[in-house]
Amino acid sequence: MTPSTEAELAEMIATSDEPLRIKGGGTRPIGRTEGQELSTAKLSGISLYEPGALTIVAGSGTPLSEVEAALAAENQRLAFEPMDHRPLLGTTGAPTLGGMVAANISGPRRIAVGACRDFMLGVRCVDGAGTIIKNGGRVMKNVTGYDLVKLMTGSYGTLGVLTEVSLKVLPDVETMGTVMLHGLRDDRAIAALSAALGSPFEATGAAHFPKSKFGEPLTMIRIEGFETSVKYRAEKLRDLLKNYGDAEIAVGATEGPGAAEGWKWVRDAAAFTDQPGDVWRVSCKPSDAAGIAARMGAKAVQYDWGGGLIWALTEAGHDLRAAIGAFDGHATLIRGTADLPVFHPEAPALAAITSGLRAKFDPRGILNPGIMT
Amino acid sequence: MEMPAPSTHVLARKEQIVARLKEVLPTNAVISDENQTRAYECDALTAYKCPPLCAILPANTAEVSAALKVCHEMGVPVVPRGSGTSLAGGALPTADCVILGVAKMNGVIETNYADRYIKVQSGRTNLSVTGAVEAEGFFYAPDPSSQLACAIAGNIAMNSGGAHCLKYGVTTNNLMGVTMVMMDGTIVDVGGAHLDAAGLDVLGVICGSEGQLGVVTEATLRILHKPEGARPVLMGYDSAETAGQVVSDIIKAGILPVAIEYMDEMLIGVCEEFSGAGYPECEALLIVEVEGSEAEIDDQLARIKTIAAKHNPVELREAQSPDEAARIWAGRKAAFSAIGKISDYMCLDGTIPVSSLPYVLKRIGEMSKHYGLGVGNVFHAGDGNMHPLILYDANKPGDLEICEAFGAEVLKLCVEVGGCLTGEHGVGIEKRDLMTVQYDPADLEAQMAIKDVFDPDWLLNAAKVFPLASSEPRRAA
Repeated sequence: MTPSTEAELAEMIATSDEPLRIKGGGTRPIGRTEGQELSTAKLSGISLYEPGALTIVAGSGTPLSEVEAALAAENQRLAFEPMDHRPLLGTTGAPTLGGMVAANISGPRRIAVGACRDFMLGVRCVDGAGTIIKNGGRVMKNVTGYDLVKLMTGSYGTLGVLTEVSLKVLPDVETMGTVMLHGLRDDRAIAALSAALGSPFEATGAAHFPKSKFGEPLTMIRIEGFETSVKYRAEKLRDLLKNYGDAEIAVGATEGPGAAEGWKWVRDAAAFTDQPGDVWRVSCKPSDAAGIAARMGAKAVQYDWGGGLIWALTEAGHDLRAAIGAFDGHATLIRGTADLPVFHPEAPALAAITSGLRAKFDPRGILNPGIMT
Repeated sequence: MEMPAPSTHVLARKEQIVARLKEVLPTNAVISDENQTRAYECDALTAYKCPPLCAILPANTAEVSAALKVCHEMGVPVVPRGSGTSLAGGALPTADCVILGVAKMNGVIETNYADRYIKVQSGRTNLSVTGAVEAEGFFYAPDPSSQLACAIAGNIAMNSGGAHCLKYGVTTNNLMGVTMVMMDGTIVDVGGAHLDAAGLDVLGVICGSEGQLGVVTEATLRILHKPEGARPVLMGYDSAETAGQVVSDIIKAGILPVAIEYMDEMLIGVCEEFSGAGYPECEALLIVEVEGSEAEIDDQLARIKTIAAKHNPVELREAQSPDEAARIWAGRKAAFSAIGKISDYMCLDGTIPVSSLPYVLKRIGEMSKHYGLGVGNVFHAGDGNMHPLILYDANKPGDLEICEAFGAEVLKLCVEVGGCLTGEHGVGIEKRDLMTVQYDPADLEAQMAIKDVFDPDWLLNAAKVFPLASSEPRRAA
């Protein structure tokens, strides 16, 4: 089914007597689901873009590339740096705006500016009963009623099928610099990243590879802005981190790990693309990260968000959560066939709330049933 | 503003309710004397007052849980209260309610600079969160004007903003986790020292739910290192259109100031008298602040001044000293109290797309003439959050009603141009009956369904946010 209007979508959901598998671009098959395919492909197009107000509104089926091209023409961007899952998951097709929002997809800059959910201003959607609901709007500050915008973002279509979203965008930057440290042990590297993120120099990326492309450990800190500012901050960070080694600085580099390509490598967990095994994404307290990684029993790990995000490659079927034990955070199985919950089980009091919410918004349980378990 | 009639069944049992609460709380944490409960009869929306049945001041999560369990069992409504600084009547009691004040819960539980968070009890004031970490060079970013007094609990309830949220975001963007007690006494932890939710973003819907879903007792907040420095520049223009264009041009040039504040002619005069900041006489004043090292500030301000100069400013002046910078901000931050010295006023909080600014200001001017009440405008221009201040005389019969009618028309205009009723103050009782202007019945139904999940009996702050007619079937059930 491929509705071409919101009203048509509402009618399809209201009259459906079977589960619906909601599809954006089909590039992020995270979580398991079943049912008849319902595509948002025709709910497409940018309806409003005001560069001076940093606001864009578009249909959920709009290809992300179309949005990014429109923004680039005005020298703006989606600041939360959404990951491209295609290489890692071996998918094809074109990511959509709605798919990105439904999965709350962010990248390395999330540590500095926030996640996709932090840039969401408004949604229109159709719930499991076929009712059209709107929440939020197109302005940056809005506390009128409950924030369903956040609730819908990252709900994988289980509370409603998105039809239109509005987002805050930010100016693109003049240039980028990367400060790189070599040969650090994981715990030392994360301490260095914490020092950088806890400085006034506004790092917009903080990653560590225990084993980089070049074989040795590589720790990367990104700074962005006007060129003079980036150069200044890079020097300041090198001074700040002198106890961790003699940092290498790349400003405006066009190739190598310090260039945009290096941060794309971080963003897309590209090191695990052609490696067999399951891939896990673990959100944790940065200072716990090295200990957690050591307990995982993984084949390889890499850190983003200053240690707050661990990507892990494990043997197929390995129960990573059991290996870690209890911790402040959660682990999601992004790629794998193991018979394990894809999403981290919630504590009972919270699980009661989330199942209550699902029952309200999708009483018949037909929207992507089971995808978030 | 209509409030539901108190339950006679609850009022008749006041003694038993107080006695049961005293069983689970320290005796001095239960306030039932009528002279003392009067302290809780209103918040900063002082036009409306009603003493509660009683007030309780629990000291920790366990006491909140025990007290809510009692209220739940006895069917007693509860109104949570932070510091009582709500401009929307968010903490206004009903005669049959228990006010649950979080003021005693003001401790710091944990500070962690490596992981950049602080965990506090929710009664701690906004400014004292920064106070707890500033010796290490850190701060908590959301900065509502009431930050000296307002509690984190209230900030979370209203998803409060501030002048610097263009760069740093509002409460929801700086809140990592909460411990919350639900109406039946269940304690739930949501989020923590890590980022993003494992499943549904329940934290996202708790923030801004105006104390209707639960009582937040502890909060994990993101802290940031202070910038090396900050400096404002003042620019005056002879029309709102031009000032609006300057804001748009600055943003389009790829510069993201930490704050862009707007004041109209009336506020400029009042604030100048109050602070002696040296504001120019003109129709529209912008305060634009940037952050960084001295050299970075110079560079950004040079770019901003180049843009500003193209639009023929009446005045274009950079703060030459920390003292001058402080006075420039003191004038803006004192806007409400400066107006308060000359008149009673009602502060609105609608948000509009920045491009609609000149049109909206023109219409507000016309309405001011029509209603015969003066109005001044301060405005977070970078994010479109307006604060029209409507002047009235509280001692003149009928003036408040005229003021409210004027305010309602301004807020309808904000929605009409693509904005919203409230940008950072919340709905409370003040904008409750205007919710239907912004939302269809189905939109409100979806929001009320969320409350059904957290508080099925509708006992928590139930007469707020939703028009009484919309929530009536649930409250009566």
